[in-house]
Parts: sequence; structure tokens; C-alpha cells
Amino acid sequence: MVSDIFEALAAPARRAILDELHERNGQALFELCARLAMKHGMGMSRQAISQHLDVLEQAGLVTTRRDGRYKFHYIDPAPLDAIIERWSSPR
Amino acid sequence: MRIVVSSVLVDDQDRALRFYTEVLGFVKKTEIPLGEARWLTVVSPEDPDGTELLLEPDGHPAAGPFKRALVEDGIPFTSFAVPDVQAEFERLRARGVRFTQEPVRMGPVTTAVFDDTCGNLIQIARTHDSP
Repeated sequence: MVSDIFEALAAPARRAILDELHERNGQALFELCARLAMKHGMGMSRQAISQHLDVLEQAGLVTTRRDGRYKFHYIDPAPLDAIIERWSSPR
Repeated sequence: MRIVVSSVLVDDQDRALRFYTEVLGFVKKTEIPLGEARWLTVVSPEDPDGTELLLEPDGHPAAGPFKRALVEDGIPFTSFAVPDVQAEFERLRARGVRFTQEPVRMGPVTTAVFDDTCGNLIQIARTHDSP
């Protein structure tokens, strides 16, 4: 699981997605795509962003929730605790 | 060549007319019976001779899956210009309109996205003069 987190965090686009979800949690794919294009100058296809979201979701860093007919993405920083624990806890 | 009409695919023309006039504030321009449906358009009272918005029935079998897929991903069907996105957001929210995207500034534009109750998401946007 932890190796997935490092891999998930390795791509600048995925860190930008986390930055934007940290700024406002619970975004539709459309809003994330617009933020990446307009604020980060990342001109990726919707499909490419969807794939980045899948990687983040597999690493447990992003969850999706359906609300009626809408689908929203949320950041979940809990898996990062394992990284902090690893080197900061007393030996 | 000029663009005089643009359309949104609505699941119910009566409900659409109520929402687009009573809630959003557009006014009815033309209503012509056409078989089971009507050629039904609205315009902005600020631009009554401007582009008309056609409230077009979404009866084609492909329209439903198409609209649902857009809504699931939060993609607006069309976009309207407003002078102040935050003020419009507050006005519409107070009238019970559901927003899937609250106002956010992204570089030169501020946008928000709401549900038109007829199966579409609609964006409101303002382009800022200076970045």
C-alpha cells in the first residue's frame, strides 16, 4: 500500500489534483479539469485526468462519492500518516 | 451567418419554462406548437433581440444517456454570462437552486455550475478584465 502512495505522489499532475481538492474538497471531474487547465496550465485530456484520479483512488488518497446524479471527488490524507510515522516515530 | 438560437435539451418543456423564466429571470420569446412539442424559446430581458435559448425536448433515445453522463462528471451543457458570479450564486441558492460547483476564480474567469432541474448542468461565468 505504501509503495502505491509514493507512486501516486510522484506525478506533478496528481499532486496538483491533491492541491486543488485540499483547497476545496468534493469536486466534480469538470471542476478539477478546469482548475488544472486554468490554474496549473496543465492541458490534459479529461481521460488523462480520470486516469490520474484512478491512481490516487487506488492509493487511498482520493475517494469518490455519488450524490444523486452527481459524482464528487474527495481528498483523504489518512494514508500519508503511514509515511510520517515511518521516519518520525521513536526507534 | 449569425447565431440566433442555441438549445438546451430539457426533459419537460413546462418545467423548463418555469425554471428558465421564474427562477433564472429570462423571458419567453416564441412559442409555436410543433406536433407533441413546441418551438419554445426564451431570451434575456437585458438583450431581448439577442440570441434565443431553445428549450428543446430531449426525447431522442440517445439524449438521456448523453445528459446523464455529462451531469455525472459535472459538465455544463451551456454557459451564461453574468456580471457577478458570487452575487448570482447567492441569489439562485436562496431560491433553492442546487450548485454542483460553487463560485471559483480560475485565472481570467470566475465560474459556478448549477442544476437546471431539467436534466442539465449550466455554467455561469464572468471574464475578468485584468488577471
